[in-house]
Amino acid sequence: MRPEISLRPALAAFALAFAGSAFAQGAPLKVGLMLPYSGTYAAIGTAIENGFKLYVQEQGGKLGGREIQYFKVDDESEPSKATDNVNKLIKRDNVDVLVGSVHSGVALAMAKAAKDNNTLLVIPNAGADAITGPMCGANIVRSSFSNWQPGYAMGVVAAQKGVKRAMTITWNYAAGAESTKGFTEGFEKGGGKVIKDLNLPFPNVEFQALLTEIAAQKPDAVYAFFAGGGAVKFVKDYAAAGLNKTIPLYGPGFLTDGTLEAQGASAQNMLTTLHYADDLNTPKNNAFRKAYALAYKAQPDVYAVQGYDAAQILGAGLKAVNGDLAKRDQLSAAMRKTVVDSPRGKFTISAAGNPVQDIYLREVKGNNNEFRSIAVKSLSDPARGCKL
Amino acid sequence: MDLATFLVQCLNAVQYGLLLFLVASGLTLIFGIMGVINLAHGSFYMLGAYLAFALAPWFGDWFFTRLAVGVVLAVVFGYLLEWAFFSFLYERDHLQQVLMTYALILVFEEGRSLLVGNDVHGVAAPAWLAGSFRLGELMSYPWYRVFASLACVVVALGLYAVVNRTRLGMMIRAGASNRDMVRGLGVDIRLLYRIVFAGGVALAALAGMIAAPLSSVYPGMGSSVLIICFVVVVIGGIGSITGALIASLLVGIVDTFGKVFFAEWSGVGVYLLMAIVLVWRPEGLMKRGH
Amino acid sequence: MATEATPLAGEGPVAEVGTLPDIARREPGGWLVPAAAVVLLAALPALISPYAQDLVARIAIYAIFALSLELLVGAAGLVSLGHAAFLGIGAYAVVLGSGDAGGPLVVVLALAVGGAATYALFVGALSLRTRGVYFIMVTLAFAQMAYFVVHDTKAGGGSDGIFLYVKPALGIAGKTLLDLGERLPLYYSVIAALAGTYGLLAVLLGSRFGHALAGIRVSEQRMRAAGFSTYPYKLAAFVIAGGLAGLAGALLAIKDGAVNPELLSWHESGAVLLMIILGGIGSLRGAVIGAAAFTLLKELVQSEALFGALASHWQLTLGLAIIAFVALLPKGLIGLGALLRGKAHG
Repeated sequence: MRPEISLRPALAAFALAFAGSAFAQGAPLKVGLMLPYSGTYAAIGTAIENGFKLYVQEQGGKLGGREIQYFKVDDESEPSKATDNVNKLIKRDNVDVLVGSVHSGVALAMAKAAKDNNTLLVIPNAGADAITGPMCGANIVRSSFSNWQPGYAMGVVAAQKGVKRAMTITWNYAAGAESTKGFTEGFEKGGGKVIKDLNLPFPNVEFQALLTEIAAQKPDAVYAFFAGGGAVKFVKDYAAAGLNKTIPLYGPGFLTDGTLEAQGASAQNMLTTLHYADDLNTPKNNAFRKAYALAYKAQPDVYAVQGYDAAQILGAGLKAVNGDLAKRDQLSAAMRKTVVDSPRGKFTISAAGNPVQDIYLREVKGNNNEFRSIAVKSLSDPARGCKL
Repeated sequence: MDLATFLVQCLNAVQYGLLLFLVASGLTLIFGIMGVINLAHGSFYMLGAYLAFALAPWFGDWFFTRLAVGVVLAVVFGYLLEWAFFSFLYERDHLQQVLMTYALILVFEEGRSLLVGNDVHGVAAPAWLAGSFRLGELMSYPWYRVFASLACVVVALGLYAVVNRTRLGMMIRAGASNRDMVRGLGVDIRLLYRIVFAGGVALAALAGMIAAPLSSVYPGMGSSVLIICFVVVVIGGIGSITGALIASLLVGIVDTFGKVFFAEWSGVGVYLLMAIVLVWRPEGLMKRGH
Repeated sequence: MATEATPLAGEGPVAEVGTLPDIARREPGGWLVPAAAVVLLAALPALISPYAQDLVARIAIYAIFALSLELLVGAAGLVSLGHAAFLGIGAYAVVLGSGDAGGPLVVVLALAVGGAATYALFVGALSLRTRGVYFIMVTLAFAQMAYFVVHDTKAGGGSDGIFLYVKPALGIAGKTLLDLGERLPLYYSVIAALAGTYGLLAVLLGSRFGHALAGIRVSEQRMRAAGFSTYPYKLAAFVIAGGLAGLAGALLAIKDGAVNPELLSWHESGAVLLMIILGGIGSLRGAVIGAAAFTLLKELVQSEALFGALASHWQLTLGLAIIAFVALLPKGLIGLGALLRGKAHG
């Protein structure tokens, strides 16, 4: 964020870059964290960083035998500033690995920059299908999910429950469109039909006209994708319109993760699908939750898990090449081949760079999303448009 | 679309339009009477919403008290702002007014960010208004929305009464047509402007307070309402409160039905409406005189 | 229930912009100063880092944008608060026109300039029916309309924006003459575009057309009383300004490789107005200086070295700086020169 005209910082960075490549093994690994540290997604950004650092700490502070040096940029969840921000990390700080982001639009800009500059990129949240679709690359890996996955799983569940006519509602942006597309695919494969897709501009939360339309069309079920404050409002408004009694509301886990306290009675008994459930009773998950609570005095959520797994994937790759970044192809291949022992359960990585994982069905009880069953096992994103 | 649904959508449209009218009436008054274009007007709406959020824990269910306190704070704020900043803008040309008030928006937005942060907040409706009633077979309609519409109607009637039936209103109307003459007659025009400005701010803030449980409280809310208000004022005619009312309702209808029928293009609908009105009546629907 | 509108709203452009220096008057140094500036800009790549070159290119593109608005505000006295729409349309036209395989430079530029000019024709035809504050509000509203098209619709690509995968190149018979994907060709193309825009406007404003605009700016009523039809001149100025802004947008898209709806936001429209008032209304050089000053000012207020924790709230600093500036230095930086010269002689 300095005015960039003076020569000295440019020369210094140049010298550092030289030094960095000359002393590959001994020098610290530069990890550039581009996450939202302000704005609506700030809590998510912090959870991801915490999870990442927890894994590194468990490995003794090193990945692949190399110490980690962190560089941080606040992306403010602003796609319009994303290209500039990621260039700061790539060109000014000369990071070896990029980690980020939360917002799909920001992550898309990061992916493009990573491809243009052949920088390693690990994405700990943003689910934009395009990143493991047309924008896929050998140097890009995701530790989270694609927007399509939880949606598809919910569609399968809805069809299994005998739902015939459904409507979808979401914000008019990539994440919403992809999630509902996933739902539609899973649902119609199971014999259902989506009669109408409703949407409103992001981040508008005036749902009244659309809720009236839902009431008028009388579908058997509604699939909604909203997150954060919008999720809280929608679930509450849906109940206030009396619709929750007659038309079941389904959604991906984001509709009810972190929002249950605010949603209260209006969210009870809602079914959602996600690649994680807080109460998964496995040794790995229990150990992870304990360690996280100890280190950060807070309960972890799906975002913390994704951050933790991002570090795992990176670590596995670095271990295979003994920390030598010059062996890029081997590194990328190792990252792809790893079986990740995640708190969510073991998962692998598809050729396009996306987790192949179980999607769980959860039900809201009180202030928790309780695990019910596995909605779809080992679900892989179809990675349409990816040439890998 | 069957009749029942159509009527409910009309209800939604009117409720949205009435809230919009509250904000737009403040803008058109300030502009019509003082000739100052104020880009920061949306910030007053945002101020009201954040006030509702901030005051909620202190006043709990004493809803009307909360509203009253909010309005008083807004009036004081408006009065001080006019004295400290806006009074210098009357003599300046429109370009400078645009830039100064644009800069004011930046200051307000960052100020809010510093004081309250950037998170989205929900504001609960007061308990006695929190339920819904059944609208036949179709759905339930929240009581709070009914209250919001009624509140706007009451304020609109009050505005009409003040402007057309009181001495203050007479001075306001006189000051709008001939500032110097009114001053020559012994009326303190500066004080008058200050009162009008504070009133405009209060109207916008009140709208924000009422709207907070409906639309949530979030950083961009000032800008989105401002531009729609501009459209309302252009369609209705600058300085005309009746025009603002008609235009607000038109905008409410276009926006509500647009969302249902045209989904992604609904955002454009309001501007097309404005374009049509401009072709037909460039000075707005209710512009009087030249 | 209607209150009478104030007489202020009805007058011609002179009420909006106050007294202006005649933009067609010769500025000190004549052609020498701009020519020297071009030479200096051309020599810069040898002296500064690629990051700095990127910044200079960015300033040059915004200078073109500011110059286009200068034609409207400074020359014709039309204060538009929706000028960013044309910047955005030019940018989006390049990306949409390039598709997945990239497009020929001539074609995408034509789409950008043509598209922006066409929208300017539509907006101008409708908004020029209004005056004063109405005009300001209407131009803002039409810019919002364009913003919503790119922000909400699938055709526009949505709120995350879209990417330019292959940058355009100029080629004849299979041979590539100029590949804008390379840093230096892009840099020189931008400088050339800036020089060309400056020259075009200088010639335009010195011509009969420019004098007609000046007459309209000073007193439209008088011009009309003299039998002069002012509407076509204003519309022509509006369309040319829109087209030039489209050119700036095209170059911006090519340089950044990404476009997003915020390019059409009113923050961008406000920013370009600030640039020309910063530099000084009524001067082509002022527009260029203003663009540079504003861009550097933004970099400055975001600098953590100078402002520490306040750097992340740079919009506050910027807002206060703008208020102070407009209040104290209404004639802009160009006026500062005259002010100092006056003091020196005074």
